[in-house]
Amino acid sequence: MPSTYATHPEAREIVFDFLQGYDVLGAFWTTVKLTVFSAVGSLVWGTLLAAMRVSPVPLMRGFGTAYVNIVRNIPLTVIVIFTSLGLADIFGVTLGASDFKVQGFRLAVLGLTAYTAAFVCEALRSGINTVPVGQAEAARAIGLNFSQTLRLIVLPQAFRAVIGPLANVLIALTKNTTVAAAISVAEAAALMKTMIENEAQTVAVGAVFAFGFVVLTLPTGLFLGWLAKRLAVKR
Amino acid sequence: MTEVSVVKEDVAATGDLVVLKNVNKHFGALHVLQDIDLTIARGEVVVVIGPSGSGKSTLCRTINRLETIDGGTITIDGRPLPQEGKELARLRADVGMVFQSFNLFAHKTVLENVMLGQLKVRKADRKQAQEKARALLDRVGVGTQADKYPAQLSGGQQQRVAIARALAMDPKVMLFDEPTSALDPEMINEVLEVMQQLARDGMTMIVVTHEMGFARSAANRVVFMADGRIVEQATPDQFFSNPASDRAKDFLSKILHH
Ligand SMILES: Nc1ncnc2c1ncn2[C@@H]1O[C@H](COP(=O)(O)OP(=O)(O)OP(=O)(O)O)[C@@H](O)[C@H]1O
Ligand SMILES: [Mg+2]
Repeated sequence: MPSTYATHPEAREIVFDFLQGYDVLGAFWTTVKLTVFSAVGSLVWGTLLAAMRVSPVPLMRGFGTAYVNIVRNIPLTVIVIFTSLGLADIFGVTLGASDFKVQGFRLAVLGLTAYTAAFVCEALRSGINTVPVGQAEAARAIGLNFSQTLRLIVLPQAFRAVIGPLANVLIALTKNTTVAAAISVAEAAALMKTMIENEAQTVAVGAVFAFGFVVLTLPTGLFLGWLAKRLAVKR
Repeated sequence: MTEVSVVKEDVAATGDLVVLKNVNKHFGALHVLQDIDLTIARGEVVVVIGPSGSGKSTLCRTINRLETIDGGTITIDGRPLPQEGKELARLRADVGMVFQSFNLFAHKTVLENVMLGQLKVRKADRKQAQEKARALLDRVGVGTQADKYPAQLSGGQQQRVAIARALAMDPKVMLFDEPTSALDPEMINEVLEVMQQLARDGMTMIVVTHEMGFARSAANRVVFMADGRIVEQATPDQFFSNPASDRAKDFLSKILHH
């Protein structure tokens, strides 16, 4: 392709003319950042939720169960708008952000994390169920306490068992970041909307953004699929 | 439910290591352990035998509190079994357990399996833990397998690693719950030999097994259980050649005809 552009510079102008003046890469970079921050956040929070759901303390179990069942059943758009209109505008939560753009980004990460964590938790919990009880019993028998048993024996095996399902959660998260557009975060979908309003080549605009998302999610899926095979626990 | 009798006395002085007094346990309506009184002296090897469902595994599991009890007392080395928490974890580290299905940590190498408890429970130094793990693996004859994963080992090798893992905690007593019944016949002896050596070295052992050869050669005493009760206790010779109870006679006639 580059050689074609070099020999026929005008081809580029005609075909990708509508991209002029838009920061498409910048918008996708925001998408990537939303995804990465929310992924890390939801992995941590989702793991904690899963630990609560299997803990011997009834109060923690109750909280974990209630959280997952409530959050899973609220549309993501509602959650993200709530972080903006509810948390920020009514309760004045700004997450330490000085300007509006940063605040919107952080609130979006918070909403995406809160939502995705419920799915991470459920994926992990099904992974925990694949670990034979004998593993935890042997751990307790050598004197490991509950949290050591979970951290050192059960969760590492549970994670390996659910890399596949977690990859799906991550891919869904990448696509779900588009909801942040609802609270004016300048990520890919927000830019696409603007461009569709201003440009004639709406199909081409859509194709560019669709391609962008495939470029982001496809390697994630392939990499995690490979990792799942490599790390599978043999019994 | 039976009354909980809180009897406390200094058994350490008498050389009794594990003392169960009037222990009772239910699984719902099922009364699995009924008024169990059992005392095991330091260095003693006790074989527990009895029909399926008689409560042998449950008995073993109550001794390191993998199962709770409804009534009675269990003391280890003069100390009553703690409730949950740090104390309990420490006690469990003092009581080694070997399971029928090995239960080696599947995501860790053989060496890591034997090191983990030393590092995380005994807070041992990494280098020393590794040296000790290698020495123990050599002792049970699987030193060359140290860097493999459990799934790459035969059943007999896995069970010997499990014994090494328990020994790494320097336990006061070792519990074995049918350690050879998941093994192919040709691997049973390699595990029994390790256990016999352990018995000769003076380890206190409670062994649930139907291996009469092991009971005769290594055990000081045979405890026969049926329907959640200890029906009879005797030396191996006495028990196998001249059982006192009808239940034991009946049971022995069945397993001897196999
Ligand atoms: N977690 C449990 N919940 C309910 N019942 C149980 C549980 N564990 C064991 N039991 C029941 O308690 C009884 C005693 O079980 P236990 O495993 O102690 O017997 P056992 O003597 O070890 O038998 P086996 O020789 O088959 O291993 C059995 O009837 C068993 O079904
Ligand atoms: Mg049993």
